[in-house]
Amino acid sequence: MHETPIDQLIACPKCDALHQARHLGENERAACARCGTLLITPRARSFLHVIALSFTAMILMIAAIFFPFLKISAQGFSHASSVFEVAMAFSDGLLAPLSLVVLMLIVGLPVVRFGALIYTLWPLANARPAWPHARRVFRLAEELEPWAMAEIFIIGTAVALVKIGGLASVSLGPAFWAFCALIIVNALKNAFLSQWTIWDAIGQK
Amino acid sequence: MGRNRAEVTIQTARDAGLVGCTRCGKVWPQQTHECGRCGATLKRVDNAGLQAVWAWWLAGLIFYIPANLYPMLRTSTLAGSQQNTIIGGVVELVTHHSYFVAAVVFVASVVIPVSKFIAIAYLALAVGNERRAGSHRHLHLFEVVEFIGRWSMVDVFVVAILSALVQLGAVVSIHPGPAAAAFALSVALTMLSAQSFDPRLIWRGPARTTGS
Repeated sequence: MHETPIDQLIACPKCDALHQARHLGENERAACARCGTLLITPRARSFLHVIALSFTAMILMIAAIFFPFLKISAQGFSHASSVFEVAMAFSDGLLAPLSLVVLMLIVGLPVVRFGALIYTLWPLANARPAWPHARRVFRLAEELEPWAMAEIFIIGTAVALVKIGGLASVSLGPAFWAFCALIIVNALKNAFLSQWTIWDAIGQK
Repeated sequence: MGRNRAEVTIQTARDAGLVGCTRCGKVWPQQTHECGRCGATLKRVDNAGLQAVWAWWLAGLIFYIPANLYPMLRTSTLAGSQQNTIIGGVVELVTHHSYFVAAVVFVASVVIPVSKFIAIAYLALAVGNERRAGSHRHLHLFEVVEFIGRWSMVDVFVVAILSALVQLGAVVSIHPGPAAAAFALSVALTMLSAQSFDPRLIWRGPARTTGS
Protein backbone atom coordinates (compact mmCIF):
# COMPACT_ATOMS: atom_id res chain seq x y z
CA MET A 1 0.00 0.00 0.00
CA HIS A 2 3.09 2.22 0.16
CA GLU A 3 2.80 3.01 -3.56
CA THR A 4 -0.56 4.74 -3.06
CA PRO A 5 -0.20 8.52 -2.61
CA ILE A 6 -0.84 9.48 0.99
CA ASP A 7 -3.78 11.75 0.23
CA GLN A 8 -5.74 8.82 -1.17
CA LEU A 9 -5.46 6.80 2.03
CA ILE A 10 -8.07 6.63 4.77
CA ALA A 11 -7.34 5.21 8.23
CA CYS A 12 -10.26 3.69 10.13
CA PRO A 13 -10.78 5.90 13.23
CA LYS A 14 -11.82 2.84 15.25
CA CYS A 15 -9.03 0.36 14.44
CA ASP A 16 -6.37 2.20 12.40
CA ALA A 17 -6.63 -0.14 9.39
CA LEU A 18 -5.43 1.56 6.20
CA HIS A 19 -7.66 1.71 3.16
CA GLN A 20 -7.48 3.30 -0.24
CA ALA A 21 -10.26 5.88 -0.59
CA ARG A 22 -11.95 6.31 -3.95
CA HIS A 23 -14.95 8.13 -5.26
CA LEU A 24 -18.13 6.20 -4.54
CA GLY A 25 -21.31 6.06 -6.60
CA GLU A 26 -24.66 7.34 -5.37
CA ASN A 27 -25.74 4.28 -3.42
CA GLU A 28 -22.37 2.84 -2.47
CA ARG A 29 -20.92 2.85 1.02
CA ALA A 30 -17.45 2.00 2.24
CA ALA A 31 -16.91 0.07 5.47
CA CYS A 32 -13.69 -0.86 7.26
CA ALA A 33 -12.45 -4.27 6.13
CA ARG A 34 -11.47 -5.27 9.66
CA CYS A 35 -14.01 -3.87 12.12
CA GLY A 36 -16.90 -2.89 9.85
CA THR A 37 -17.09 0.79 10.86
CA LEU A 38 -18.70 2.82 8.07
CA LEU A 39 -16.04 5.04 6.52
CA ILE A 40 -17.67 6.80 3.57
CA THR A 41 -21.45 7.11 3.04
CA PRO A 42 -22.20 9.56 0.24
CA ARG A 43 -25.75 10.12 -0.94
CA ALA A 44 -27.05 12.09 -3.83
CA ARG A 45 -27.67 15.76 -3.01
CA SER A 46 -27.09 14.97 0.65
CA PHE A 47 -25.73 18.47 1.43
CA LEU A 48 -29.04 20.03 0.45
CA HIS A 49 -30.97 17.47 2.51
CA VAL A 50 -28.89 18.20 5.60
CA ILE A 51 -29.37 21.97 5.16
CA ALA A 52 -33.14 21.63 4.67
CA LEU A 53 -33.50 19.32 7.66
CA SER A 54 -31.36 21.57 9.87
CA PHE A 55 -33.58 24.55 9.03
CA THR A 56 -36.68 22.48 9.79
CA ALA A 57 -35.21 21.41 13.11
CA MET A 58 -34.38 25.04 14.02
CA ILE A 59 -37.97 26.14 13.37
CA LEU A 60 -39.36 23.20 15.33
CA MET A 61 -37.02 24.05 18.20
CA ILE A 62 -38.37 27.62 18.32
CA ALA A 63 -41.90 26.21 18.48
CA ALA A 64 -40.84 23.72 21.14
CA ILE A 65 -39.42 26.46 23.36
CA PHE A 66 -42.27 28.95 23.22
CA PHE A 67 -45.45 26.86 23.02
CA PRO A 68 -46.78 25.17 26.18
CA PHE A 69 -45.18 21.78 26.69
CA LEU A 70 -47.30 19.94 29.25
CA LYS A 71 -50.28 20.86 31.39
CA ILE A 72 -51.30 19.12 34.58
CA SER A 73 -54.55 19.36 36.50
CA ALA A 74 -55.83 17.73 39.68
CA GLN A 75 -58.61 18.62 42.13
CA GLY A 76 -59.26 22.04 40.61
CA PHE A 77 -55.59 23.07 40.52
CA SER A 78 -53.75 23.23 37.25
CA HIS A 79 -50.25 24.11 36.13
CA ALA A 80 -48.77 24.48 32.65
CA SER A 81 -45.10 24.32 31.89
CA SER A 82 -42.89 25.12 28.89
CA VAL A 83 -39.62 23.45 27.98
CA PHE A 84 -37.84 26.53 29.31
CA GLU A 85 -39.53 26.12 32.70
CA VAL A 86 -38.55 22.45 32.74
CA ALA A 87 -34.91 23.42 32.38
CA MET A 88 -35.36 26.06 35.07
CA ALA A 89 -36.75 23.49 37.52
CA PHE A 90 -33.34 23.38 39.22
CA SER A 91 -32.91 27.15 39.30
CA ASP A 92 -33.29 27.76 43.03
CA GLY A 93 -30.57 27.02 45.53
CA LEU A 94 -27.47 24.93 45.02
CA LEU A 95 -28.78 23.13 41.95
CA ALA A 96 -28.81 26.31 39.79
CA PRO A 97 -25.84 25.26 37.58
CA LEU A 98 -27.73 22.09 36.72
CA SER A 99 -30.48 24.28 35.22
CA LEU A 100 -28.00 25.78 32.80
CA VAL A 101 -26.64 22.33 31.93
CA VAL A 102 -30.11 20.94 31.22
CA LEU A 103 -30.97 23.97 29.08
CA MET A 104 -27.74 23.48 27.10
CA LEU A 105 -28.27 19.74 26.63
CA ILE A 106 -31.85 19.94 25.33
CA VAL A 107 -31.94 23.34 23.57
CA GLY A 108 -28.55 25.08 23.34
CA LEU A 109 -26.30 22.39 21.88
CA PRO A 110 -28.84 21.06 19.33
CA VAL A 111 -29.35 24.63 18.03
CA VAL A 112 -25.58 25.26 17.85
CA ARG A 113 -25.21 22.00 15.91
CA PHE A 114 -27.90 22.89 13.39
CA GLY A 115 -26.40 26.34 12.91
CA ALA A 116 -22.89 24.92 12.48
CA LEU A 117 -24.06 22.42 9.86
CA ILE A 118 -25.89 25.10 7.88
CA TYR A 119 -22.83 27.38 8.05
CA THR A 120 -20.54 24.59 6.80
CA LEU A 121 -22.74 23.14 4.08
CA TRP A 122 -24.46 26.23 2.62
CA PRO A 123 -21.52 27.32 0.42
CA LEU A 124 -20.59 23.69 -0.39
CA ALA A 125 -24.09 22.90 -1.63
CA ASN A 126 -23.87 25.92 -3.93
CA ALA A 127 -20.53 24.70 -5.31
CA ARG A 128 -18.60 27.57 -3.71
CA PRO A 129 -15.45 27.31 -1.57
CA ALA A 130 -16.12 26.80 2.14
CA TRP A 131 -16.58 29.89 4.31
CA PRO A 132 -13.76 30.91 6.70
CA HIS A 133 -13.37 28.74 9.82
CA ALA A 134 -15.59 26.04 8.25
CA ARG A 135 -13.13 23.42 9.52
CA ARG A 136 -13.42 24.55 13.11
CA VAL A 137 -17.20 24.97 12.87
CA PHE A 138 -17.80 21.51 11.41
CA ARG A 139 -15.44 19.91 13.93
CA LEU A 140 -17.42 21.61 16.69
CA ALA A 141 -20.65 20.17 15.25
CA GLU A 142 -19.06 16.71 15.27
CA GLU A 143 -17.74 17.00 18.81
CA LEU A 144 -21.08 18.21 20.16
CA GLU A 145 -23.02 15.27 18.79
CA PRO A 146 -23.03 13.03 21.90
CA TRP A 147 -23.97 16.01 24.09
CA ALA A 148 -27.10 17.09 22.20
CA MET A 149 -29.76 15.14 24.07
CA ALA A 150 -33.12 16.20 22.65
CA GLU A 151 -34.19 12.59 22.00
CA ILE A 152 -33.30 11.50 25.52
CA PHE A 153 -35.38 14.38 26.85
CA ILE A 154 -38.48 13.01 25.09
CA ILE A 155 -37.98 9.56 26.63
CA GLY A 156 -37.64 11.34 29.98
CA THR A 157 -40.98 13.05 29.30
CA ALA A 158 -42.62 9.71 28.61
CA VAL A 159 -41.32 8.28 31.88
CA ALA A 160 -42.44 11.39 33.79
CA LEU A 161 -45.91 11.15 32.24
CA VAL A 162 -46.38 7.60 33.45
CA LYS A 163 -45.11 8.58 36.90
CA ILE A 164 -47.66 11.41 37.15
CA GLY A 165 -50.38 9.35 35.49
CA GLY A 166 -51.96 8.14 38.72
CA LEU A 167 -51.56 11.48 40.46
CA ALA A 168 -53.23 13.92 38.09
CA SER A 169 -54.41 14.27 34.52
CA VAL A 170 -51.86 15.56 32.04
CA SER A 171 -52.48 17.11 28.63
CA LEU A 172 -49.83 17.41 25.96
CA GLY A 173 -49.17 20.84 24.46
CA PRO A 174 -48.05 21.72 20.91
CA ALA A 175 -44.44 21.98 22.07
CA PHE A 176 -44.47 18.29 22.94
CA TRP A 177 -45.40 17.37 19.36
CA ALA A 178 -42.89 19.87 17.97
CA PHE A 179 -40.21 18.14 20.03
CA CYS A 180 -41.24 14.70 18.73
CA ALA A 181 -41.07 15.96 15.13
CA LEU A 182 -37.68 17.53 15.90
CA ILE A 183 -36.26 14.17 16.90
CA ILE A 184 -37.42 12.48 13.69
CA VAL A 185 -35.99 15.34 11.59
CA ASN A 186 -32.72 15.12 13.53
CA ALA A 187 -32.42 11.36 12.98
CA LEU A 188 -33.07 11.81 9.23
CA LYS A 189 -30.43 14.53 9.09
CA ASN A 190 -27.84 12.31 10.77
CA ALA A 191 -28.58 9.59 8.23
CA PHE A 192 -27.73 12.00 5.38
CA LEU A 193 -24.48 13.14 6.97
CA SER A 194 -21.29 11.73 5.42
CA GLN A 195 -18.29 13.10 7.31
CA TRP A 196 -15.62 11.99 4.84
CA THR A 197 -17.49 13.57 1.91
CA ILE A 198 -17.93 16.83 3.81
CA TRP A 199 -14.28 16.98 4.92
CA ASP A 200 -13.29 16.30 1.33
CA ALA A 201 -15.47 19.17 0.09
CA ILE A 202 -14.17 21.57 2.76
CA GLY A 203 -10.58 20.63 1.87
CA GLN A 204 -11.01 21.51 -1.82
CA LYS A 205 -10.18 25.17 -1.98
CA MET B 1 0.61 -15.45 13.02
CA GLY B 2 -1.46 -17.25 10.40
CA ARG B 3 -4.21 -18.32 12.81
CA ASN B 4 -6.65 -15.65 11.69
CA ARG B 5 -7.06 -15.58 7.96
CA ALA B 6 -9.01 -12.31 7.91
CA GLU B 7 -6.44 -10.42 9.95
CA VAL B 8 -3.30 -11.31 8.04
CA THR B 9 -3.72 -8.86 5.16
CA ILE B 10 -4.77 -5.88 7.28
CA GLN B 11 -2.15 -3.18 7.46
CA THR B 12 -2.67 -0.34 9.92
CA ALA B 13 -1.58 3.26 9.53
CA ARG B 14 0.81 2.65 12.43
CA ASP B 15 2.37 -0.34 10.66
CA ALA B 16 2.98 1.83 7.61
CA GLY B 17 4.73 4.50 9.71
CA LEU B 18 1.80 6.88 9.27
CA VAL B 19 -0.76 8.37 11.62
CA GLY B 20 -4.49 8.49 10.90
CA CYS B 21 -6.81 11.29 12.06
CA THR B 22 -9.42 9.88 14.46
CA ARG B 23 -11.85 12.64 13.56
CA CYS B 24 -11.88 12.56 9.73
CA GLY B 25 -9.80 9.52 8.75
CA LYS B 26 -7.16 11.43 6.77
CA VAL B 27 -3.67 9.92 6.86
CA TRP B 28 -0.48 11.89 7.60
CA PRO B 29 3.24 11.18 8.07
CA GLN B 30 3.99 10.09 11.63
CA GLN B 31 5.58 13.34 12.85
CA THR B 32 2.56 15.49 11.98
CA HIS B 33 0.85 17.05 15.01
CA GLU B 34 -2.32 18.51 13.56
CA CYS B 35 -4.59 17.17 10.84
CA GLY B 36 -4.28 19.49 7.84
CA ARG B 37 -7.83 18.81 6.75
CA CYS B 38 -10.01 19.03 9.86
CA GLY B 39 -7.58 20.64 12.34
CA ALA B 40 -7.92 17.91 14.98
CA THR B 41 -4.87 17.00 17.05
CA LEU B 42 -3.31 13.80 15.76
CA LYS B 43 -2.78 11.20 18.46
CA ARG B 44 -0.38 8.30 18.12
CA VAL B 45 -1.67 4.94 19.29
CA ASP B 46 -0.14 4.52 22.73
CA ASN B 47 -1.07 3.84 26.33
CA ALA B 48 -0.62 7.45 27.53
CA GLY B 49 -4.28 8.24 26.77
CA LEU B 50 -5.40 5.61 29.29
CA GLN B 51 -4.48 7.96 32.15
CA ALA B 52 -7.24 10.34 31.09
CA VAL B 53 -9.68 7.43 30.84
CA TRP B 54 -8.92 6.40 34.42
CA ALA B 55 -9.06 9.96 35.74
CA TRP B 56 -12.55 10.62 34.30
CA TRP B 57 -13.64 7.13 35.34
CA LEU B 58 -12.64 7.66 38.97
CA ALA B 59 -14.25 11.11 39.11
CA GLY B 60 -17.48 9.63 37.68
CA LEU B 61 -17.42 6.82 40.25
CA ILE B 62 -16.95 9.28 43.12
CA PHE B 63 -19.99 11.30 42.06
CA TYR B 64 -22.05 8.16 41.60
CA ILE B 65 -21.91 7.53 45.38
CA PRO B 66 -23.75 10.72 46.54
CA ALA B 67 -26.09 10.26 43.56
CA ASN B 68 -27.34 7.11 45.27
CA LEU B 69 -27.21 8.26 48.88
CA TYR B 70 -28.96 11.64 48.62
CA PRO B 71 -32.62 12.09 47.64
CA MET B 72 -33.41 12.58 43.96
CA LEU B 73 -36.95 13.90 44.53
CA ARG B 74 -38.79 15.57 47.39
CA THR B 75 -42.57 15.14 47.15
CA SER B 76 -44.84 17.15 49.42
CA THR B 77 -48.55 16.31 49.54
CA LEU B 78 -51.41 17.12 51.91
CA ALA B 79 -50.39 14.06 53.92
CA GLY B 80 -46.82 15.24 54.43
CA SER B 81 -43.54 15.18 52.59
CA GLN B 82 -41.44 12.33 51.36
CA GLN B 83 -37.91 11.99 49.97
CA ASN B 84 -36.89 9.46 47.37
CA THR B 85 -33.46 8.22 46.36
CA ILE B 86 -32.95 6.53 42.98
CA ILE B 87 -33.54 3.06 44.39
CA GLY B 88 -36.39 4.35 46.56
CA GLY B 89 -38.14 5.73 43.48
CA VAL B 90 -37.87 2.39 41.71
CA VAL B 91 -39.22 0.55 44.74
CA GLU B 92 -42.14 2.95 44.96
CA LEU B 93 -42.97 2.45 41.26
CA VAL B 94 -42.98 -1.30 41.81
CA THR B 95 -45.35 -1.00 44.76
CA HIS B 96 -47.67 1.02 42.50
CA HIS B 97 -47.48 -1.82 39.96
CA SER B 98 -45.86 0.36 37.27
CA TYR B 99 -43.42 -2.41 36.44
CA PHE B 100 -42.49 -1.15 32.98
CA VAL B 101 -41.54 2.37 34.10
CA ALA B 102 -39.80 0.93 37.14
CA ALA B 103 -37.74 -1.20 34.76
CA VAL B 104 -36.90 1.80 32.52
CA VAL B 105 -35.75 3.89 35.49
CA PHE B 106 -33.85 0.98 37.04
CA VAL B 107 -32.03 0.20 33.78
CA ALA B 108 -31.23 3.86 33.02
CA SER B 109 -29.99 4.86 36.46
CA VAL B 110 -28.57 1.67 37.96
CA VAL B 111 -27.87 -1.04 35.36
CA ILE B 112 -26.38 1.23 32.66
CA PRO B 113 -24.10 3.32 34.94
CA VAL B 114 -22.80 0.32 36.86
CA SER B 115 -22.16 -1.80 33.77
CA LYS B 116 -20.54 1.22 32.14
CA PHE B 117 -18.03 1.53 34.99
CA ILE B 118 -17.26 -2.17 34.70
CA ALA B 119 -17.04 -2.15 30.90
CA ILE B 120 -14.68 0.84 30.67
CA ALA B 121 -12.44 -0.58 33.40
CA TYR B 122 -12.38 -3.94 31.61
CA LEU B 123 -11.52 -2.37 28.24
CA ALA B 124 -8.77 -0.24 29.75
CA LEU B 125 -7.28 -3.15 31.70
CA ALA B 126 -7.44 -5.47 28.69
CA VAL B 127 -5.33 -3.17 26.47
CA GLY B 128 -2.22 -5.06 25.48
CA ASN B 129 -3.49 -8.35 26.91
CA GLU B 130 -6.22 -9.21 24.45
CA ARG B 131 -5.60 -11.59 21.63
CA ARG B 132 -6.49 -10.29 18.18
CA ALA B 133 -9.31 -12.80 17.96
CA GLY B 134 -11.12 -11.09 20.84
CA SER B 135 -10.85 -7.61 19.41
CA HIS B 136 -14.14 -7.63 17.53
CA ARG B 137 -15.98 -8.33 20.75
CA HIS B 138 -14.08 -5.59 22.55
CA LEU B 139 -14.93 -3.07 19.85
CA HIS B 140 -18.61 -4.01 20.05
CA LEU B 141 -18.49 -3.51 23.81
CA PHE B 142 -16.87 -0.10 23.31
CA GLU B 143 -19.49 0.95 20.77
CA VAL B 144 -22.31 -0.10 23.10
CA VAL B 145 -20.74 1.85 25.98
CA GLU B 146 -20.30 4.93 23.79
CA PHE B 147 -23.83 4.73 22.41
CA ILE B 148 -25.72 3.95 25.58
CA GLY B 149 -23.86 6.16 28.09
CA ARG B 150 -25.78 9.34 27.30
CA TRP B 151 -29.14 7.61 27.83
CA SER B 152 -28.53 7.56 31.59
CA MET B 153 -29.25 11.29 31.53
CA VAL B 154 -32.94 10.34 31.19
CA ASP B 155 -33.37 10.26 34.96
CA VAL B 156 -32.16 13.85 35.35
CA PHE B 157 -34.70 14.97 32.74
CA VAL B 158 -37.47 13.07 34.51
CA VAL B 159 -36.65 14.92 37.73
CA ALA B 160 -36.60 18.26 35.85
CA ILE B 161 -39.96 17.62 34.18
CA LEU B 162 -41.60 16.41 37.38
CA SER B 163 -40.34 19.37 39.41
CA ALA B 164 -41.39 21.90 36.78
CA LEU B 165 -44.80 20.40 36.17
CA VAL B 166 -46.05 19.07 39.48
CA GLN B 167 -46.53 22.39 41.28
CA LEU B 168 -50.13 22.18 42.48
CA GLY B 169 -49.84 24.26 45.63
CA ALA B 170 -50.92 22.36 48.70
CA VAL B 171 -52.24 19.30 46.84
CA VAL B 172 -48.92 18.03 45.62
CA SER B 173 -45.57 19.53 44.66
CA ILE B 174 -42.28 17.96 43.69
CA HIS B 175 -38.81 19.46 44.18
CA PRO B 176 -35.43 18.19 42.96
CA GLY B 177 -32.90 16.82 45.44
CA PRO B 178 -29.10 17.13 45.44
CA ALA B 179 -28.66 13.65 43.95
CA ALA B 180 -29.87 14.98 40.59
CA ALA B 181 -26.76 17.16 40.22
CA ALA B 182 -24.42 14.41 41.41
CA PHE B 183 -25.99 11.95 39.00
CA ALA B 184 -25.79 14.35 36.03
CA LEU B 185 -22.10 14.95 36.81
CA SER B 186 -21.42 11.24 37.12
CA VAL B 187 -23.03 10.55 33.71
CA ALA B 188 -21.09 13.40 32.06
CA LEU B 189 -17.79 12.27 33.58
CA THR B 190 -18.21 8.66 32.44
CA MET B 191 -19.11 9.92 28.95
CA LEU B 192 -15.80 11.82 28.94
CA SER B 193 -14.04 8.69 30.17
CA ALA B 194 -15.45 6.63 27.29
CA GLN B 195 -14.59 9.37 24.80
CA SER B 196 -10.97 9.49 25.92
CA PHE B 197 -10.54 5.77 25.34
CA ASP B 198 -8.80 5.25 22.00
CA PRO B 199 -10.48 2.23 20.31
CA ARG B 200 -7.39 1.77 18.13
CA LEU B 201 -5.67 0.39 21.25
CA ILE B 202 -8.01 -2.60 21.08
CA TRP B 203 -6.45 -3.61 17.77
CA ARG B 204 -2.83 -3.01 18.56
CA GLY B 205 -2.22 -6.70 19.04
CA PRO B 206 1.13 -8.27 19.92
CA ALA B 207 4.25 -6.09 19.99
CA ARG B 208 5.79 -5.59 16.58
CA THR B 209 9.20 -4.40 15.45
CA THR B 210 7.88 -1.93 12.86
CA GLY B 211 6.56 1.55 13.51
CA SER B 212 7.19 1.70 17.24
